[in-house]
Amino acid sequence: MTQLVISGNYAQSYAAKLARVHVVSAYPITPQTAIVEKIAEFVASGALPAEYIKVESEHSAMQACISASALGARTYTATSSQGLLLMHELLHWAAGARTPVVMGVVNRAVAPPWSIWTDHGDTMSQRDTGWIQFYGESNQEVLDTTLMAFRLAEHPEVRLPAMVTEDAFYLSHTVEPVDIPGQDQVDAFLPPRERSSTLEVGKAMRLGSFTGPEHYMEFRHKIAKAMVRTRDVFLEIEDDYARITGRNHGGLLPTYKTDDADTVLVTMGTATTTARGVVDAMRADGHKVGLAKLRTFRPFPVQELRDLATRVDRIGVLDRSFTFGAAGAAFTEVAGALYAAPHHPQLRGFVAGLGGRDITAAMVREALLDLLTRDGPESSWVELKSRTEAS
Amino acid sequence: MARLTIPAQELMRSGHSACPGCGATLVMRYLLKGLGERTIVTVPACCWTVIATPFPTTALDVPMLDCAFEATGASISGLRAAADQLGLKDVTIVGFAGDGGTADIGLQALSGMLERRTDGIYLMYDNEAYMNTGVQRSGATPEGAWTTTTPVDEFSRGKLEPKKDIMAIIAAHNPPYAATVNVAFPEDFVKKVEKAKAIHGPRFFHALAPCPPGWRYSSEKTIEVARLATDTNVFPLYEIVDGVYHITRKLGVAKPVREYLQTQGRFSHLDDAEVAKIQAQVDARWKRLLALEGLA
Ligand SMILES: Cc1ncc(C[n+]2csc(CCOP(=O)(O)OP(=O)(O)O)c2C)c(N)n1
Ligand code: SF4
Ligand SMILES: [Mg+2]
Repeated sequence: MTQLVISGNYAQSYAAKLARVHVVSAYPITPQTAIVEKIAEFVASGALPAEYIKVESEHSAMQACISASALGARTYTATSSQGLLLMHELLHWAAGARTPVVMGVVNRAVAPPWSIWTDHGDTMSQRDTGWIQFYGESNQEVLDTTLMAFRLAEHPEVRLPAMVTEDAFYLSHTVEPVDIPGQDQVDAFLPPRERSSTLEVGKAMRLGSFTGPEHYMEFRHKIAKAMVRTRDVFLEIEDDYARITGRNHGGLLPTYKTDDADTVLVTMGTATTTARGVVDAMRADGHKVGLAKLRTFRPFPVQELRDLATRVDRIGVLDRSFTFGAAGAAFTEVAGALYAAPHHPQLRGFVAGLGGRDITAAMVREALLDLLTRDGPESSWVELKSRTEAS
Repeated sequence: MARLTIPAQELMRSGHSACPGCGATLVMRYLLKGLGERTIVTVPACCWTVIATPFPTTALDVPMLDCAFEATGASISGLRAAADQLGLKDVTIVGFAGDGGTADIGLQALSGMLERRTDGIYLMYDNEAYMNTGVQRSGATPEGAWTTTTPVDEFSRGKLEPKKDIMAIIAAHNPPYAATVNVAFPEDFVKKVEKAKAIHGPRFFHALAPCPPGWRYSSEKTIEVARLATDTNVFPLYEIVDGVYHITRKLGVAKPVREYLQTQGRFSHLDDAEVAKIQAQVDARWKRLLALEGLA
């Protein structure tokens, strides 16, 4: 093990290298570029003996990964925002073909207006594609989770693609000390992928195919079941990772000071770090507040949220994206998960930090105080500027 | 005898679900005869998605990977990269796509595959329309042809625009090998495939694939129609090896284009002036091809 001071983007690149990926296929987009540039350097120097396919679009990047993965290669790509949206058709394809592609996504706002700053709208709009989704809070977590994502995606009872996201600039371009596990440690944790038995040279096999109403539902149900299974498999994998590296990031819904809390804020990505500081400060003032981080959005940690709901009276959800015509996606999903729970805490949604606006400690504190003092399920936009201010 | 040069081994089975007389089935059959069993085929949305038969069956004795409609070029690159990494260097990767999936929606991915010099074969079977979705015009539909989106009526005379010249687009990428093939000339077809197989780098085939329901002729006439396409110079047979053109079938005098057009209902509305215009275009293209061959 060594420690390097690296960006979230390099954390992705190092993870792909340590995973000994066979095939990388990617197309540049800010702020993802450093990930694939670093991988290109690894390949050029021989440090990573992979095939790097320089494709002409993200759509092709994902198709190339899917086709390589279908034959049994370990594949990796990375993108952001518009690039992810261009992949949309192929994201469904990767899940449908059960190809365990792993992808780094730097969360970036969607145009127009053009914005390169962070926002979860890009990955939230892909939540129904059958991909496992991890949201990273630190560069260390991004590296560790990416390594775990390979093993999870390739697990025979899972076989689903996985994306590991990181907030643009807050992680992608911010350096932090990151422990890089030794290659021997990673090799012990992540053995080579098994060769495909679906596409074997010389065999009459077809992967993809077409079907009528007599089979399609069963294909979808298999994906649904695999996604459910993902939860337990991931917990086992994280335990194993902790045994080898000593690090465990706390499963699907890591919590902070929730044991005696009556009010909990649900966060995603880097806003969690800010919120943790606010919780400490408010606790010093006597407020029993705590935090729960949605580390995975797919599978959605329904069980963990229901457990949490038995202990607390109020839950606020901080969304860094918005589903037009409804509410923040995390808010509606938390509400949905809790509907069948025996105990129903008060729920409120907060939409904040779109397009890279800072989610400040003051904002989080305001939201938590609002949550403590007001009832109602509505969702509100935090610190929206008035028209005159904005113009 | 030339006939004996075609390998006897069949890698495509008769149990497929194409229409009777489908030219596209013969294209696959001859292609696989030339490539042999160490081949992986990747196929986007097109008639062949259906021809290959539904889950859990297949009409091929080689593995087939479905890919997205517009992504065949990328699928070839992905399979090649994986095959090389997994120690399957001797395997031939071939993309098999329709004219719509190639010349229209898949042109970008094809261009990418050619430009990055992927070691693989791309075959476009040309039935000159979007057949799988019910005979809509594509960029490869010839001028004058009826399709469901270029109807023949008082204010419409079929497709107004000339056929997209896919071979010129391919040639501009300078691949080591590109050729036209026609199911009416299987010896020429298989010979070219065997030749391409021995070459490395991106290789391309433009295969004529007559389609009885789409072209509106009766299904036993596929070979006759296909043969006329070449013998009227509508679909000349040639190859481009490292930029050098070579015409592989030359008649002293080509037959009049009218003979080809009148075999198909999709051209039945054309009047003498329109046929003459098409004849002039075919003559001009043939002259250009001779000139290109002359550059060698
Ligand atoms: C992105 C996308 N757009 C449209 C379609 C619908 N579609 C499927 S096959 C097809 C026509 C294919 O035409 P061509 O490539 O010429 O092959 P053919 O069916 O003629 O054999 C179309 C439009 C699709 N599958 N995917
Ligand atoms: S529509 Fe044409 S190309 Fe498609 S299967 Fe039928 S004959 Fe073949
Ligand atoms: Mg077609």
